[in-house]
Amino acid sequence: MSQSIPIQVTVNGRRHERAVEPRLLLSDFLRQDLALTGTHVGCEHGVCGACTILLDGEAVRACLMFAVQADGRAVTTVEGLTTGDALHPLQQAFHDVHALQCGFCTPGILMTLVPFLRENPAPDERAIREALAGNLCRCTGYQNIVEAVRHAAATRR
Amino acid sequence: MSGSASAPRYLGARIPRNEDARLLTGRALFVDDVQLDGMLHAAFFRSEYAHGRVRSVDVERARRRPGVVAIYTAADLGDYWQPGPLLVPPPPIPGLVFHACTQVPLARDKVRHVGEPIALVVAESRYVAEDALADIAVDIEPLPAVVDLEAAMRPGAPKVHEHLVSNLAAHVVQRKGEYDAARERADLVIRRRFRYDRGVAAAIENRAVVARWDARAEEMTVWDTTQAPIPIRNGIAARLGLLESQVRVIAPFVGGGFGPKIMMHYPEEVLIPWAAMRLGRPVKWAEDRHENFFATTQERGQVHDAELAVTKDGRIVGVRDVFLHDSGAYDPYGLTVPINSQCTLLGPYNVPHYDTEFTAVFTNKPIVTPVRGAGRQHGVFVMERLLDLAARELKIDRLEIRRRNYLTRDSFPHEHHILFQDSAPLVYDSGDYAPALEEAARLIDYDRFVREEQPRLRAAGRHVGIGVVSYIEGTGIGPYEGARVTIEPSGEVRVATGVGTQGQGHFTAFAQVVAEVLTVRVERIHVVTGDTREFHWGTGTFASRGAVVAGTACHAAATAVRKKIFEVAARVLEVEPDALELVDGKVRVRADGREMELGALAARSNPLRGAVRPGTEPGLEATAYYGPDRGNTASGVHAMILEVDPETAMVDIQRYAVVHDCGRLINPMLVEGQIQGGVAHGIGNAFYEQLIWDDNGQLQNASLMDYLLPTATEVPRVEMSHRETPSPLNPIGLKGVGEAGCIPTGAVFAQALEDALADHQVEILEIPLSPNRLFELLSKTKPVRHNLVVVEDSYVFRIPRPIVWEALQDPAVLVRALPGGMRLERRSETSFDGLMKVGVGPVTAAEFTVSVTLLDLEPPSRFGMVVDGRSGLGFTRGTARVVLEDGPDGTVMRYRAEVQVGGKIAGVGQRVLDTAAKFMTRQGLELMHRELTARQRGSTG
Amino acid sequence: MKPAPFEYHRPETVDEALALLVKGGTEAKALAGGQSLIPAMNFRLARPAILVDLNGIADLAYVHESAEGLHIGAMTRQRVAERDPLVARLAPLLREALPHVAHAQIRNRGTIGGSIAHADPAAELPAVMLALGARYRARGTGGARELPADGFFTSLFRTALAPDELLVGIVVPPPPPRAGSAFVEVARRHGDYALAGVAARVTLDEAGRCRDARIALLGVGEGPVLAARAAKALTGSPPTPDRIRDAANVAAAKDVDPPGDIHASSAFRRHLTGVLTRRALTTAFARAAPASSPAA
Repeated sequence: MSQSIPIQVTVNGRRHERAVEPRLLLSDFLRQDLALTGTHVGCEHGVCGACTILLDGEAVRACLMFAVQADGRAVTTVEGLTTGDALHPLQQAFHDVHALQCGFCTPGILMTLVPFLRENPAPDERAIREALAGNLCRCTGYQNIVEAVRHAAATRR
Repeated sequence: MSGSASAPRYLGARIPRNEDARLLTGRALFVDDVQLDGMLHAAFFRSEYAHGRVRSVDVERARRRPGVVAIYTAADLGDYWQPGPLLVPPPPIPGLVFHACTQVPLARDKVRHVGEPIALVVAESRYVAEDALADIAVDIEPLPAVVDLEAAMRPGAPKVHEHLVSNLAAHVVQRKGEYDAARERADLVIRRRFRYDRGVAAAIENRAVVARWDARAEEMTVWDTTQAPIPIRNGIAARLGLLESQVRVIAPFVGGGFGPKIMMHYPEEVLIPWAAMRLGRPVKWAEDRHENFFATTQERGQVHDAELAVTKDGRIVGVRDVFLHDSGAYDPYGLTVPINSQCTLLGPYNVPHYDTEFTAVFTNKPIVTPVRGAGRQHGVFVMERLLDLAARELKIDRLEIRRRNYLTRDSFPHEHHILFQDSAPLVYDSGDYAPALEEAARLIDYDRFVREEQPRLRAAGRHVGIGVVSYIEGTGIGPYEGARVTIEPSGEVRVATGVGTQGQGHFTAFAQVVAEVLTVRVERIHVVTGDTREFHWGTGTFASRGAVVAGTACHAAATAVRKKIFEVAARVLEVEPDALELVDGKVRVRADGREMELGALAARSNPLRGAVRPGTEPGLEATAYYGPDRGNTASGVHAMILEVDPETAMVDIQRYAVVHDCGRLINPMLVEGQIQGGVAHGIGNAFYEQLIWDDNGQLQNASLMDYLLPTATEVPRVEMSHRETPSPLNPIGLKGVGEAGCIPTGAVFAQALEDALADHQVEILEIPLSPNRLFELLSKTKPVRHNLVVVEDSYVFRIPRPIVWEALQDPAVLVRALPGGMRLERRSETSFDGLMKVGVGPVTAAEFTVSVTLLDLEPPSRFGMVVDGRSGLGFTRGTARVVLEDGPDGTVMRYRAEVQVGGKIAGVGQRVLDTAAKFMTRQGLELMHRELTARQRGSTG
Repeated sequence: MKPAPFEYHRPETVDEALALLVKGGTEAKALAGGQSLIPAMNFRLARPAILVDLNGIADLAYVHESAEGLHIGAMTRQRVAERDPLVARLAPLLREALPHVAHAQIRNRGTIGGSIAHADPAAELPAVMLALGARYRARGTGGARELPADGFFTSLFRTALAPDELLVGIVVPPPPPRAGSAFVEVARRHGDYALAGVAARVTLDEAGRCRDARIALLGVGEGPVLAARAAKALTGSPPTPDRIRDAANVAAAKDVDPPGDIHASSAFRRHLTGVLTRRALTTAFARAAPASSPAA
């Protein structure tokens, strides 16, 4: 029968212990086993970026990792961006400038941009667009997302 | 009675959205987020062939796999197996021919496009369900596929639907005026063939359906990523023999619609509730991205032969357009798309004479239904390109030829004497076109660019171009929508409407409409859409109609509540209703300032005693409907500046300006968002997105690796300006906006590109383009259709020809030449059966059962060979011609092989197929050579 | 799109990994960053029965410098290499090419060694390593060996590594004096596999003539292609625009027989080979010229 491997993952600061089949994708583990459905799945081949999460603080595709590989690691999902009722400054900027429409790609975009802004506190438009190029959005045409990043960067300064 | 006299506060304001917080924090519920106790997961076995006869379907092995709960084929569906509904009957156009062929839940006798479902697997997890797909054995006899539109209509073409006389799905002629006679009076007639090709809608959320049958409550709940939950509910109820009230369809947050999530009654929507009921457990199906390329509808394939007759000063005399429209394998959505093309072609122009005729054609490709724009871009492309060509010929400025032909402000309502998609006469309600052009020209600095910048850059060897085009969009059609507005005792307001929402901002836009009437702050207004338990009258979100039709219904319901507020308050405050006003969510006696919170009034309107007097209803609640006789006409102008690198054929869009008029704006921020997204979609259509089919109906780019959605680095910033020409058809003056952004993008891109490449004198008559196509146009080389993999080479055997010839007929040697050949056994003199195990790079070697047939044998010189292989990854068919000749170093084998592939390897692996085929052929011949040499040594030594 | 079942191992040493891979034979597959393998598994095109995850082997991720040059561990994440100042100083060509490899999220996971061992003909890193004359360190059940720069990429998705060998590191020789490099590619969108691309590293002699040119082409063959005929056309001559143009034409006409696909025909790829070779060489020579910075 299929293998079941015990893993221990810290997600949004909470430790979870589970036994998983090796083939279980990290995206499915987060969504199904941990009920963190804010991480969305759009292509399962690493192109759309909707499932982007942070693995030890770096943005990665949750659909291109197996849950077993997250053993002993720290994962942050969109649910972990907020503490209490206040939105993260980037989330607030998205709201203020209408940087989301259907909102399906938004969690992956936020998780891409959080480490980007950490590394580039004052990015220009070109850098923002290149950072966004690994996330597909069909609704917004990206313009207001770029705008939101500028706002968030300005707020942080 | 009267309200506050103040200016609108909520209508037209840039108010951030009510729905954002849930979406930004990951709390919003999408269908695939639904998890229920005991829920099962579905996967579909889908046809790998575009066209074929189903000989057998064997699911026995799959049934035995642990974790598989049920498998259904067409045979298992019994009476439930029936073709789907014709969703949109064609308009009553005289002489119209239409053959309705709607899709079936599971293919039974014949498959008509790749991806058509054949069997449904229900298992404990999607992983196991997919495992089981590999256990299913379906034998399909391939038939020649109908792919090309013109070939489809030639006599003797294979037929998609055998019971019809041809592949003709529909034929429609519409006429305005007397084009033939008018043409005689024209000074110039421009005639061209234009092509517009297919893409996918590519919502980032794929489709999904979850169904739960509650046997105790006798209630079916379906979560569906649909744009139209009410028609879906009604359809499911009818099919399952339930009351409509026993079925609740919820379209929660939906991750983008763009058309294909309309009330399709897709096989999955029909089967998942049925399976859930049968199995007594909830069932989820979540489409994956690969399925989405086949299972979800698509759009845009048309070929137009069009001509424009003009006077020498550039005034339009008339237009004739004859076109072919790709319906795909079935036509459940009627003629909406091609009729939109017909009607939208006329644009904002005065076209006195118009002959338009189309033939809709069945092909072995996925079904065509509206995708954002819905046929309109084709019409705009044809008209705008014709005007550009005429302007060039007549040496009139591109802007000027448009100015000379615009309908003037006083020509509305403008009657076109043809029928629109909604069966109503095509009448423009209002518009003001010329000022929009001037504004767009100003936004993009047209004059300065053309006079100064472009000449300067051209002198420096740069290829920059500008484009400016106009368009109109018929929006806001009927039949109707409704809304219910309720003020709760807490003072919060609840609004329910039947349309689904997919990111348009309905939760905020409808709230703004209601806020304007009730003076309640937008964040206190809670809109619910897309849940049939909340509201079960209406149609859905499509055709840029949500804000117009449902928005107007919200306005009507809020207005009725307002009237109720004044009636109840008049009683409570003991004044006449017209002594009252609404201010900041309070009702106030104008004379003395006494006031009441609306919440308190709501509580007073529903007391435990004496709530309802004769002729009154409890609560501050009202339901209202809005059903327009016909739609209204939005319009706009798009302008673009781009630069081309003619050496690499790469294009950089540098500026993009839009002047848009969708009547009164509810929220300019939302409208801008719709346009920006539409422009991005249009740019995708223009230069990145194209579904590429081979002659066998295999899609060669069935993944987001090869189907290129534009990203943030390809999409420019859009500079925008609004104009507001109110529609006279509804009280607010609204027009629709959802599709506008992508409608003229192909046309403006083509014009700008042609301008940038003026020194190369290319004519851009097709969309989508690509760097490769541009390279062909620039280098004046013949288009190479990437269709079959062709391997053409020679190989030298240092072995005498008769021995080589003998060996090629010997399965023990021939097996070496087959890539990964494992065994080959003779079936007859010229045919062999065997097994190959082929893999390349990351692709795990898959077992292909093969049959090899030799033909046209001319010993010892030439022969042909056909190799058919089938595996779980797809199928291959190689057809080779081989010539053996004596050369100085031995026997020279010259060969030319054409390799077709189908199934997953065709859709996902195209990037390396060419290289892999060449490599494997060479490797096979080397192995065979080695074997032969060894044999020779064995026999001589 | 869910992967087929497999047996999973996470060894902590190279020897353990090798033992598992040898035992598994053709059924086993090594998992590095997984950014090419896992998509193929999700499509079920790749169905390894045994997956040997190399991510638990701590000592394969490193970047350091020695007299031999720049050492990069096979499991070094592409993004780590991209940020490493040693890479920027000792292999600016690699630094220039790395941002073209897909997107940051992919490079955070994707490894240098994984991309090289995968040997995708359109990938950037194999071409870059070929241009830089990098050497490949392998460990097998029979011991360790170093594979030379040329001949490593043998054909489509194939390298000179033996079936029982793992790539453990790459050594990029120190840049010669008066060297210059450039990376250019044409991709449909930012981050896509290139339709064609060129990684070039040139060196000048003291008289300013071309002493050596390593021009590695990607996307136009079974693997990265070293444009030897084009290099020959340049060597010994001053790199004038005409010379460069001629060499680029040689590259297009003689050094490649490009495949066609839906994005670019063979003819278009051949054409791009000429254009991009010319552009890459022009930049590389400009960077090699003593007047400009001594970047290699």
